[in-house]
Amino acid sequence: MATVIVDNREVELPEGVQLNCIQAAALAGVEIPHYCFHPGLSVVGSCRMCLVEIGKRDPQTGHITMFPKLQPACNTPAADGTVIVTQSEKVQQARAMVEEDLLLRHPIDCPICDKAGECRLQDYHFRYGQKERRAEILPFHSRRRDLGDVFLFVDRCVMCTRCVRFVREVAGTGELLVLARGAHEEIAVLPGYPLNNKLSGNVVDLCPVGALADKDFLYKQRVWFLRSHRSVCPHCAAGCSIWIDENQDHLWRIRPRENPHVNRWWICNDGRYGYHQVHDRRRLLGARRRTADGWEELDWAQAPLVVREALERAGRLAAVLSPFLTVEEAYLLALLVRRIDPEALLGLGPVPRMGQDERFPGGFTISAEKCPNRRGVEAVLSYFMKGRVLQFDELLGQLGPQGVRGLWITGGYKAPTPPVSHVLDQAIADRLEGLDLVIVQDLFPSPVAERAHYVLPGAAWAERDGAYVNCQDRLQSFRRAIRPPRGVLPEGWLLWQMHQRAGQFDAAAVLDEMAQQITYFAPAVYEIPEVGLDLKAGLLAATTAKTASELKG
Amino acid sequence: MPTFEPVLLANVGKPDSHTLKVYEAAGGYQTLRRVLQEMAPKEVVDRIRASQLRGRGGAGFPTGLKWSFLPKDDPGPIYLCANADESEPGTFCNRVQMEHDPHQILEGIILACYATGASAAYIYLRYEYPLAYERLQQAVEECYRAGYLGRNILGSDMSLDIYIHRGAGAYICGEETGLIESIEGHRAWPRTKPPFPAVKGLFQRPTVVNNVETLACVKHILERGIEWFQSIGTPPDPSDPRDPGSFGPKVFSISGHVNRPGCVELPLGVPVRELIEQHAGGVWKGRKVKAVVPGGLSTGVLSAHELDTPLDFSGPCKAGCLGLGTGGVIVLDETYSMVDFLHNSCRFFAHESCGQCTPCREGTAWAYRIMQRIKAGRGRLVDLDLLEEIGNSIGIIPGSTICGLADGAAWPIKTTLAKFRDELEDYIRRTNPLGCRNPAPVEALPEWREHQSITGRKLLGAEATI
Ligand SMILES: Cc1cc2nc3c(=O)[nH]c(=O)nc-3n(C[C@H](O)[C@H](O)[C@H](O)COP(=O)(O)O)c2cc1C
Ligand code: SF4
Ligand code: SF4
Ligand code: SF4
Ligand code: FES
Repeated sequence: MATVIVDNREVELPEGVQLNCIQAAALAGVEIPHYCFHPGLSVVGSCRMCLVEIGKRDPQTGHITMFPKLQPACNTPAADGTVIVTQSEKVQQARAMVEEDLLLRHPIDCPICDKAGECRLQDYHFRYGQKERRAEILPFHSRRRDLGDVFLFVDRCVMCTRCVRFVREVAGTGELLVLARGAHEEIAVLPGYPLNNKLSGNVVDLCPVGALADKDFLYKQRVWFLRSHRSVCPHCAAGCSIWIDENQDHLWRIRPRENPHVNRWWICNDGRYGYHQVHDRRRLLGARRRTADGWEELDWAQAPLVVREALERAGRLAAVLSPFLTVEEAYLLALLVRRIDPEALLGLGPVPRMGQDERFPGGFTISAEKCPNRRGVEAVLSYFMKGRVLQFDELLGQLGPQGVRGLWITGGYKAPTPPVSHVLDQAIADRLEGLDLVIVQDLFPSPVAERAHYVLPGAAWAERDGAYVNCQDRLQSFRRAIRPPRGVLPEGWLLWQMHQRAGQFDAAAVLDEMAQQITYFAPAVYEIPEVGLDLKAGLLAATTAKTASELKG
Repeated sequence: MPTFEPVLLANVGKPDSHTLKVYEAAGGYQTLRRVLQEMAPKEVVDRIRASQLRGRGGAGFPTGLKWSFLPKDDPGPIYLCANADESEPGTFCNRVQMEHDPHQILEGIILACYATGASAAYIYLRYEYPLAYERLQQAVEECYRAGYLGRNILGSDMSLDIYIHRGAGAYICGEETGLIESIEGHRAWPRTKPPFPAVKGLFQRPTVVNNVETLACVKHILERGIEWFQSIGTPPDPSDPRDPGSFGPKVFSISGHVNRPGCVELPLGVPVRELIEQHAGGVWKGRKVKAVVPGGLSTGVLSAHELDTPLDFSGPCKAGCLGLGTGGVIVLDETYSMVDFLHNSCRFFAHESCGQCTPCREGTAWAYRIMQRIKAGRGRLVDLDLLEEIGNSIGIIPGSTICGLADGAAWPIKTTLAKFRDELEDYIRRTNPLGCRNPAPVEALPEWREHQSITGRKLLGAEATI
């Protein structure tokens, strides 16, 4: 087992991965400050903030020889016997030097800088900088340059080139470049070729200072007012891990959450800026039911009972499980309609697709399937329908022949953007003519909701608890980040009450139950890690374990 | 010392010395012919290694050793880059050779490629040498026609192509990995090492980078033998087991306040005084020497007391300089102000810093701003301490930067402060007698407006300020 010695402490290196000294020190809980290094980008070793003293321990004698010069930790691989010294005076001086250098021409307009509070230049200055400012420079203003998708505050840049490397290596679009030389250097784009690609928002996260600013987020919130919640992006089947940054039930920012199995360090702009629909004015609010002369408000407290009775009256039932439902909600809904009508038809809601999967040179992929949980809902359907997954069209086709009288449709689809209408459009509404009962549970008004007997406003993903299964069969759980607006009862809560279960909706308990019942979800009996759970690999393990125990028996 | 016979500049001055005809008439390409027939590549490497030839490009790295770092049994391609970027202030040694005797360099390149197994060589030539470009280009074409380049050179199974790549005026393109990046078409930002070019260089392939004069020496060693080579220059210092000595001839370029500036070939180890007095006609206008830059601005300065310093790889180091550098000697006479010297030096390196590493980018620019202020009569004595601190903290020697440009910027600062501090202090006391801090702002980037008018405005148009 390879060990490194970080500030006199020995740590074991994990096998099978090559770490550099910044990463190895982090394993020991020691921070080596750095600007230009990022694990997802090539190593350039240029900011020199990570300078440390490096040595080598002789495996036989245990004798340690130190390199005479400071070394960049980012470009020094950690190997057995590597000695890293991060606290010596030499190192401290070097860090203070780099901090002082970076502040020589820095505007220090932190009070109006978006990054303040999560800025490395600020943080490192307080941790590693020196108190005194020795350069005689009067303050000067900060230039703002429109690069296309983002703004650049030119003079705040510390020239780490992370943004430039990102657009070259990960996005493969290469719009950003370094202009001029030496202290005149600036990040820029060529005229007529603005920063414009579907991953461009990531450069803002990558920027260690406030040089790159998100046009969506700029001047909206001070970051210290935000609370971050772990979540999963609902905008395509890739299911990127994200952070939701929220303040008082308002989403302000979506950021990628590192997940080596899914999105690594990135997310696409659809996921980053798609959150706006959570706060869209057009959202359905307040449950209602159709009466002879129009709509009538339905008290949410009455709804579970009233809706259940309506279902029971209808007799033959069908339910459409939308690929926007969490697996728990899909399970509870299927279970509910099957309790009332054991023969109930269950089908998959429309699966929105757009074009082809988009693959980027760095490996990042945006799925063409614009919903988060087709795999999970299919697994639930296949359990209840004995291995069959009815597609939406098939289900509609069977309503008549099967004598279905009542239909529950779940949605969660994007708000209509004229001329594109809601997924549940007029054509679908027309095919529902003649049903005794249509229940629509959705985010936005649609022709189908217009035609419904009951409209039950549903929650946006950030307001739900549950789990999605992405296109790689990875199950990721998330908790709600904000409370839903008044007039909305999240799907899971309503279904929980309709099942007359005690207390509040408990997604973890439902998932537990599913893990017992449905083989596909069997691996989910254990705690779901933050990076999610690979159901396919878990399943493989479970089946082999089963055969093994069978063999033994 | 036995009489010294120049070889590197031997053809300079002959009519049409740059042509193949004249070069061949003096025995040119005979060495190549003989080596291709008689020696295996490994023998060539061994011979160069045994000769203790050290690089003429600035760092004095043993050439044979550098070649031996190439991976064994590499399937290829391997590349050789001949460094003719010669941008070090005060240096024009390569220029004379390239303009007057390009074939000597080409023969050296072909021999080095034979030894290293390189299948293509790039000559990285600074743009400011149009005549050298013309003559090198012509010489390469002559070689192709004569069968010294191309497929199956002189009937052997060696094949080689030579490309001449012209720089665009940046000093940093002379740094070996900056040079490689530049050939690849990127901006010349030196690469962080490891990996070294011998393992991953041009186009991610094993690459050797050598100065053109080094390569010319290769030819002469193979022609005249190790004994001849080691009879010239300074033998290793017996008290320093790691000193490989400084053998061979070296071209020195002398400029500044001398009567006869120019290029001269002499054995390594010639004392500065002899160079000035006997080969440059002495200091001009009957004045005395104040300071001498021994080998390009990067190496720092020698004071008038240090004129007996031998110009070999270790001589200038012992006098506090960075090293022999390029052999570009600059003489400053007694009337010259060291404030101007340091101001100019700081300006050069601030302008040429590639801007990658924080300590170099900011340190060189800061030093320049300080010198501007001092020169403008607003300096304070503490500024000298600050300068010294910058000088001591930037460069690959302290480990704070990627390449040696920062060391080159540091050494003039350090040596000037060490040897001429009195003069700088006098100047500051004279121009700012109260030592007060002048409240007038010094712009963070004095030239950015001007600079923007060149690059930025044109490219980017008007810009908002917040
Ligand atoms: C900033 C900088 C500029 C350099 N410029 C040159 C140059 O113009 N010509 C050159 O031959 N070497 C130059 N060098 C040295 C090269 O990096 C390299 O050491 C040399 O080409 C190796 O050749 P040699 O071993 O034959 O000396 C420069 C180095 C630095 C750090
Ligand atoms: S980037 Fe912004 S927050 Fe960071 S130091 Fe500069 S002005 Fe302050
Ligand atoms: S804009 Fe930000 S990410 Fe880009 S080089 Fe500057 S500091 Fe680095
Ligand atoms: S030391 Fe200076 S010139 Fe060399 S790579 Fe760093 S910034 Fe560029
Ligand atoms: S993180 Fe190592 S030099 Fe920037």
